[in-house]
Amino acid sequence: MSTPSEQDGALAAPRETPPPDPRPGDPEITAVVVADHGLSEEEYERILGILGRTPTFTELGVFSAMWSEHCGYKNSKRLLQLLPTKAPWVIQGPGENAGVIDVGQGLALAFKIESHNPPSAVEPYQGAATGVGGILRDIFTMGARPVAVLDSLRFGDLTSGRNRYLFSGVVKGVGDYGNCVGIPNIGGEVFFDRAYDGNPLVNAMALGLMKEEDLILGEASGVGNTLMAVGARTGRDGIHGATFASEELSEDSDEASRPQVQVGDPFTEKLLLEASLELIKSGHIVGIQDMGAAGLTSSASEMAGRAGSGVVLDTALVPVRELGMTPYEILLSESQERMLVVAKRGHEEHVRKILEKWELEAEPVGEVTDDGHFRIEEDGVVVANIPALPLTDGCPTYEREGIEADEVRELRERDLTEFLSPKGDLTEDFLELLGSPNVASRRWIYEQFDTTVRTSTVIRPGGDAGVIRIDGTDRGIAATTDCNGRYCYLDPREGAKAAVAEAARNLVCTGALPTAVTNNLNFGNPLKPHIYFQMREAVLGMAEACELFETPVTGGNVSLYNETDGLAIYPTPVIGMVGVLDDVSKTVGHAFRAEGDCILLLGENREEIGGSEYLYRLHDGLVAGHPPVVDLLAERRLQHAVLALVQNRLLHSAHDCSEGGLACALAQSAVGGEGGPLGVEVSLHDRLAPVAVLFGESTGRVVITVDPASEGEVLGMCRNHGVSARVLGTVGAPHGEFRVDTPSGHLRTPVDDVFQRYYDALPNLMDQDPDIPEGDIHA
Amino acid sequence: MKIAVITFPGSNCDHDCYRALKLLDGVTPEFRWHRDTSLGDVAAVILPGGFSYGDYLRAGAIARFSPIMDAVVEFAEAGGPVVGICNGFQVLCEAGLLPGALVRNESLRFQSHPVHIRVETTRTPFTSEYEEGQVLRIPIAHGEGNYHAEPEVLAELEGTDRIVFRYSTADGKLTPEANPNGSAHHIAGIVNEHRNVLGMMPHPERAVEELLGPTDGRGLFQSLRNHLTAGATT
Repeated sequence: MSTPSEQDGALAAPRETPPPDPRPGDPEITAVVVADHGLSEEEYERILGILGRTPTFTELGVFSAMWSEHCGYKNSKRLLQLLPTKAPWVIQGPGENAGVIDVGQGLALAFKIESHNPPSAVEPYQGAATGVGGILRDIFTMGARPVAVLDSLRFGDLTSGRNRYLFSGVVKGVGDYGNCVGIPNIGGEVFFDRAYDGNPLVNAMALGLMKEEDLILGEASGVGNTLMAVGARTGRDGIHGATFASEELSEDSDEASRPQVQVGDPFTEKLLLEASLELIKSGHIVGIQDMGAAGLTSSASEMAGRAGSGVVLDTALVPVRELGMTPYEILLSESQERMLVVAKRGHEEHVRKILEKWELEAEPVGEVTDDGHFRIEEDGVVVANIPALPLTDGCPTYEREGIEADEVRELRERDLTEFLSPKGDLTEDFLELLGSPNVASRRWIYEQFDTTVRTSTVIRPGGDAGVIRIDGTDRGIAATTDCNGRYCYLDPREGAKAAVAEAARNLVCTGALPTAVTNNLNFGNPLKPHIYFQMREAVLGMAEACELFETPVTGGNVSLYNETDGLAIYPTPVIGMVGVLDDVSKTVGHAFRAEGDCILLLGENREEIGGSEYLYRLHDGLVAGHPPVVDLLAERRLQHAVLALVQNRLLHSAHDCSEGGLACALAQSAVGGEGGPLGVEVSLHDRLAPVAVLFGESTGRVVITVDPASEGEVLGMCRNHGVSARVLGTVGAPHGEFRVDTPSGHLRTPVDDVFQRYYDALPNLMDQDPDIPEGDIHA
Repeated sequence: MKIAVITFPGSNCDHDCYRALKLLDGVTPEFRWHRDTSLGDVAAVILPGGFSYGDYLRAGAIARFSPIMDAVVEFAEAGGPVVGICNGFQVLCEAGLLPGALVRNESLRFQSHPVHIRVETTRTPFTSEYEEGQVLRIPIAHGEGNYHAEPEVLAELEGTDRIVFRYSTADGKLTPEANPNGSAHHIAGIVNEHRNVLGMMPHPERAVEELLGPTDGRGLFQSLRNHLTAGATT
């Protein structure tokens, strides 16, 4: 059962301006037209209440976009209110284009993650490219210069040609866009599982730096100030993209939906970036916002809503790409690389000059009013007149019933004892697991991204988190994205905690103090009780972990209805986390550095193989059992211990244990260095099944290496922090042996084989031909 | 002395080059905008990497028609040192200041990673600080870096010691695996006949600070500075 929110008390509209007449040629408003716009009967009733009359076709389109899940968060808003959002270092929390935190020395970091899932399922190259474009605009409209991007991706298994096509198209789209704009890609993650067949996830995160005083908000303030459309012209692409993003896909989504996918132009974006930053510094504008999802509609109404003002704009003044566009189309177009700017009255010519320098257009299209209305005219004739606040904030919000699916409970409770014995030879199992695309090197991906442009990248993709320096200071910023959807499927609350914990662990492994979070909640259809259950549980887990780690959530994105023909993706609440290093020269990589270094394990091995990559890869795609338990307090102690070790320059390397377990973490560190692979000599004495100790994915573990001379000091510091630590063995010779002994089995193989398996796995999978749809030019 | 860094719309390594030059004693980098028609009193010119004009048509094909390029051509023809890096190399080829062309990488993918390049000649204003045969570790980041030229052009480049850098292994061998983009004769950088115009695909400006990794790119900027200083004092 759904219950509309009760926050609609003061929604009655003052109606001083005349209601618009239906525009000649527009369709009549019927129940079918309303349903086609994705609005429920109840929502339509509310629109009638707000307007006091039947909406025009243009108005219906506007409501449909603003009250879509993508813009209105109607099924997620109440859950999002459970997340911690405040801390002394948070300058801007949720609700703006991006969150902003204080990173010291008068500098602020803007950062946010956003999804572009449905467009990428239909047109992977453009879908992913425009995803990067949109998130970059969210950053520079805050006044910050983008300094890094990350990408969090999910696909079905690469054995399918269709998935290889989607994967390669998305990677190329992410790369081409960021490369051209000149923003380094510093990390991210990718995960392959059949649950993402048909519903790939493309979440892009961006970070930008600014002086604190340059912060600018998306507000339309100052009555009489001029609204200007800036950047690219408006075309017919992407109309109703926001509504499209709020529906399930079906078999025939592919070709028919392509017109709803936008086309990106990174060159224009680069010009828009430079022009926007120059504009913001010039003092000629008071507000700026990306025309993102729901285009001109959302930017204009949200800017008015935030400022508590009104706006009037004339669609006939908007520069268009093609003739004959209706107000409906102009308002809902999602053409890329456009901004809405509020110029100070009388400063329009200055704005135009700055844009002209960057070969772009800026045209006055309307002005700020004080009547609280979102009023649209076409050549002076009113075609829409809606109270702005109810439009942006009056979207009904729902709290639904959440019930766990029986089949998930059964899977979770399944007895996994039979899988604790090795399937075959332990070493062969290990190499197979290491070659899984969820464990193997992502080099095939990140070598298509420019990772070093802007000459600030201190740690490139391939390790635990990306690190950049902050120009002009000793400081650095680290960033990561994490989420294991399998854990979240089996237990959404523990899975979400695990995602936050892993993100924080990844950051501390580079020496960064976890500081704040942006999240991307990717789920199925929230109207289904088992999906709503996943959403609520995941948000509760995330809230608990973020609260304890003091990493507030400063914004993010919700992507629901990720289903194809009724089958939902795994619940995938992606965590994008940023951290700060006071002295970036102290940062540590994940690769072993020198022969003879002492290898230590921080944290405990437990008999946990539920939800593991080992089960999926070696036992026919089995997804079952309890995912690893997360002890948040132990994680917190571990974070502090690792940070103290980095602070004292005691670490030669630090690497988190995640998919593939301890054995794969050791392998990744052994082969991760620039100078070629180093051997490993490790003995484990845990009284656990070798499968569990080698391949189990218990949380809260970090593999470090230290100079043998500082072993005692390191163990002592860990003890003082209440963190269990022990010596596992030593780093071996270059091109030596990879040897891991346990009481009841061992791994033994030349480390060169480990190297080859780790780096060749993904290229070998991708060497098979993709299934490219006819007529696709990008693959 | 002043060194100009040209900014085209779409340049994105202009600030990186500026920063690398700034680390040199006695050098003042200055930006020049693509619409400028004069370089001013600069001692050298850098054409930085990026995607000038979105690389529409072909990489570098539109940038050569920028107003500033007339001044750059004039400067180069008068013997002034000019370095084109990545997209800058592509612009120099399109402008006819260097022979040949840079076409799509053999892999058909953008490639971004450190490579090894071997210094083939120190007889240039840009490589005097290196040793012949020295192997450098420098990043590449390009989709169109596959050097092509007519056989007679390649023969001339070879015969006149104008190949400055070649892609190689860490120990200086020219194996197929060491050639990241399919370039003819493993070419990573060349100079013009008068040896004052250098084009190269790898990014030396990304390899000048220890915090960010190897610093093998320093030698190039130091060579240029020394060349200019020597010229100024004689």
